[in-house]
Amino acid sequence: MKLPIYMDYNATTPVDPRVLEEMLPYFKDRFGNAASRNHAFGWQAEEAVEKAREQVASAIGATSKEIIWTSGATESNNIAIKGVANMYRDKGNHIITNVIEHKAVIDPCKYLEQNGFRVTFLPVDKYGMVHAEQVREAMTDQTILVTIMHGNNEVGTINPIGEIGKLCKEREVLFHVDACQTFAKQPIDVEQMGIDLLSCSGHKIYGPKGVGALYVRRKKPRVRCEPVVHGGGHERGMRSGTLNVPGIVGMGKAAELCVQNQSHEIENVTRLRNRLKDGLFNRLPEIYLNGHPTQRIPNNLNISFLYVEGESLMMGFSDIAVSSGSACTSASLEPSYVLKALGLGDDLAHSSIRFSIGRFTTEQEIDYAIERVCVAVEKLREMSPLYEMAQEGIDLSTVQWAAH
Amino acid sequence: MAYSDKVVDHYEHPRNVGSLDKNDPNVGTGIVGAPECGDVMKLQIKCDESGRIVDAKFKTFGCGSAIASSSLATEWVKGKTVDEALQIKNTEIVRELSLPPVKIHCSVLAEDAIRAAINDYKTKQGQSAGAHPAAAGAH
Ligand SMILES: Cc1ncc(COP(=O)(O)O)c(C=O)c1O
Repeated sequence: MKLPIYMDYNATTPVDPRVLEEMLPYFKDRFGNAASRNHAFGWQAEEAVEKAREQVASAIGATSKEIIWTSGATESNNIAIKGVANMYRDKGNHIITNVIEHKAVIDPCKYLEQNGFRVTFLPVDKYGMVHAEQVREAMTDQTILVTIMHGNNEVGTINPIGEIGKLCKEREVLFHVDACQTFAKQPIDVEQMGIDLLSCSGHKIYGPKGVGALYVRRKKPRVRCEPVVHGGGHERGMRSGTLNVPGIVGMGKAAELCVQNQSHEIENVTRLRNRLKDGLFNRLPEIYLNGHPTQRIPNNLNISFLYVEGESLMMGFSDIAVSSGSACTSASLEPSYVLKALGLGDDLAHSSIRFSIGRFTTEQEIDYAIERVCVAVEKLREMSPLYEMAQEGIDLSTVQWAAH
Repeated sequence: MAYSDKVVDHYEHPRNVGSLDKNDPNVGTGIVGAPECGDVMKLQIKCDESGRIVDAKFKTFGCGSAIASSSLATEWVKGKTVDEALQIKNTEIVRELSLPPVKIHCSVLAEDAIRAAINDYKTKQGQSAGAHPAAAGAH
């Protein structure tokens, strides 16, 4: 077993060696510009790009013409949200989303709010889920777009996308899904689920960073987006700029590999995740699972370790790479807005750790992590005044703290 | 964020973790911070007849820098009189531990914890400083 151990697959994934292999020629002799229409270098690049488009499209039941290349899911979300808003502003000015979207959705929505649009940020339930009924109630005759993520990157909860999509179809409102965490890893069918636009990224699926895609429906209805970046009119005019050919080739290959092994990988990662979960819950009292108990992406485990602060906990197992919802890990000193939206008290939010595993995680690594985490939690609880007070029978919620 | 070697050392080998009898008249207890803010420090001092600090203990819920700041504070107060201990400044803790700007509040909290513990001790000794044992200075 090699240290440090990587358990932050929701943040990014390593490039699969098979993906890298596929990309390399496009850094070397196949360096052409896919937009060069009159020589072999260009044709070769274009052919590779079109193959990758096919690979990405088939991961979500789309056709390759409906895929637009971007620099990542952040850009895809921006094109989808701002692009649709600007294109359809004559039809209405209302957008529906929710409070625990990734910032790459929240911030474009807030930007639009300052530019004449009205945005409803739906609350989520205690598991981090949005329900179709909430979306229905929020809809008005001004609603032009609903944007709801598939799997949440922090707590892992999977939203009922199919139900929300069906509702959007009935009401003829466009539906965008940020599927960054589920693309190619979970079954997705844009037809069955009623999805009009979908964002995804290469680096969450064992592909390279800096490449992503946006699915834009071409039929029933034909969806159009105003461009965010103006230029040579590439990608059906929705995203100008010379294509990142090696990146695109890598993303295509990565998607293909994920889809080929999808059910096997879901099974494997679920088994390892459950081993980690059981190992921690069997040994440590007063720890809490954040997110939905069953409707969740299989590779994510978000746990609050009561009485222990997340950053200090991470320090206790610094040879395991995870992330924390604790304030101390961010510049803002605010704990995670996602955990707070689930109704967690700040103390539990400060105590959270996100473990996320993937293709290269081994059982041995899981067992090592269980041991290291338990020892660190036990040590820090011995050092925690909150734990001591709780042991003395003091109800912490009744203590008058001097806030600072 | 990378931690300074001294923060890591205090985190891995915290000095003086534990508790003193809070009902002992020679023990002063200070509890500062709040769980919502992500850090709570409990610092206790024990004094001899002359008001010299002979023992100090801490328990901290907080990030590595908060743990290190309180661990260092217990080291520094030991052997000092309470009045000398009141001279300890958070900026000295910052310097000793090489805390980055976002962690300065940890050192402030440690200074507050020293003050709160001394206040409690003085109150118990009838030299009333008028503070509640668990009261922190607002900052
Ligand atoms: C749900 C979600 N949306 C968007 C993004 C941003 O993706 P990218 O890094 O490709 O811009 C991420 C990843 O950080 C994510 O998890």
